[in-house]
Amino acid sequence: MNKDEMKQVIFKILKRIAPESDPGTLAPNENIRKTLDIDSFDALNFFIGLDEEFGVIVPESDYGKLNTLSEIIKYLSCRMG
Amino acid sequence: MAEFRMPSLGSDMQAGKLIEWLVEAGDCVKRRDAIAVVETDKATIEVEVYEDGVIETLLVQPGQKVAVGTVMAVIRTEAGAKALAPEKVALNGASRLRTEVEGLPGAEKEKFLTSIPDVGARRVKASPYARRLAAERSVDLSTIEGTGQNCAISGADVKRAAAAASSQPAEIAPPVPIEEKPRAASQKEVSPAAPVTEKPAAKDYQTAMRRAIATAMARSKREIPHYYLQMRLDMSRTLRWLESENLKRSIKDRILPVVPLIKAVSLALRDVPELNGYWIDDRHQISEAINLGFVISLRQGGLIAPAILNADEQCLDELMAALRDLIMRTRSGGLRSSEMTDATVTVTNLGDLGVETVYGVIYPPQVALIGFGKTMEQPWAENGMLGVRPILTATLAADHRATDGHRGAQFLDALNRHLQEPSNL
Repeated sequence: MNKDEMKQVIFKILKRIAPESDPGTLAPNENIRKTLDIDSFDALNFFIGLDEEFGVIVPESDYGKLNTLSEIIKYLSCRMG
Repeated sequence: MAEFRMPSLGSDMQAGKLIEWLVEAGDCVKRRDAIAVVETDKATIEVEVYEDGVIETLLVQPGQKVAVGTVMAVIRTEAGAKALAPEKVALNGASRLRTEVEGLPGAEKEKFLTSIPDVGARRVKASPYARRLAAERSVDLSTIEGTGQNCAISGADVKRAAAAASSQPAEIAPPVPIEEKPRAASQKEVSPAAPVTEKPAAKDYQTAMRRAIATAMARSKREIPHYYLQMRLDMSRTLRWLESENLKRSIKDRILPVVPLIKAVSLALRDVPELNGYWIDDRHQISEAINLGFVISLRQGGLIAPAILNADEQCLDELMAALRDLIMRTRSGGLRSSEMTDATVTVTNLGDLGVETVYGVIYPPQVALIGFGKTMEQPWAENGMLGVRPILTATLAADHRATDGHRGAQFLDALNRHLQEPSNL
């Protein structure tokens, strides 16, 4: 999966959580939780979505490392082989 | 005969619009069955009935907006002449509370746990009635094509799908009473309804939501002499314990930090019950059941604080499941009337955005609101040593008519004590 495809899947997960938002307008280094107003419950759902779509389980201790699109894509790329 | 009236689903509600009857004249109903879907300024709610009986007549048509207290249906009860006492019609949550909660524990909790929607699944447009029917009949909503408004799935769609899936459709149909009344007319009203999508345009809805919140909050500030207490809590024990617990769990079953907070609040309310209940008619009414209203903000603005019933009796996994279920249903429709009226206390958590301290406004007629801010690393001195600890500021806003600062202080102390022994939560 290349980075663009990854991005599309991430957008799909975000769209499910915040249906009225347009994740496509997110800048690579924008804080997603703040921009899309995602609370801790929805954040957990987002990580569940990452597990389902990419098979990558994010441990709780890494939650804080995944704030922006570029961070998430980098994190996934390292773990998807 | 008993009268089924438009209930007050919160102190901010003056009228409600009937969206859909979930029963027809002639249907048998049992206590706690949801029989109507009502739209308030804030949400679409499934309204439950409070006695066993047979629906005699339905007096209000779907689409009609009627004032709180209006008789909407007549129910023939087994007791016959025993009329429904007005306070039983949920004119306030308190008077109904005691009778209602007895029947709860086992069955209701189970219902909470079994009805947890799959978060990963795509969101299906369906009426609350359709969702409930689908759950009861084990029909997968995602396999149904909706024929309601905006292609939402209606109750009739689910019935059709359930009938198709079974070789004996007659057996799944709701119990048909002996003296059945002509059904054609009411059937027509029920089947095409798609209440969730019938909400007014987003702007109207938001205006109405703001008005409802305004009414309740203005009343609170007008009538309730608030006092505020705050305490900084060392969260290191709770968070360490939670981290090790979550390591044992799959990502889907992980417990959010707010869940031990909810549990600790409900246990502290057992220790200091004066903060759990209502102030009604110049009198303090303490509730035995601890039904914890949890503030859920809506993405489109506004908030709803539905109740986690008997929060103190649930373990953390059950509470997490209940919370997940409640948040899903708050945002997608399908809250039940008891969840809207039975909260005995409210908890609000504003830590997600970095708020440090919450000074809450009590939701009348309740007498307390507990607020949580963000857990932040802070310098913390203990036993002459300075260290860095995750610190959470908890606040209590309480009604000074019902309790004094001393009780409030005892409550925060108890809350802290429970959070320092997380394995007992």
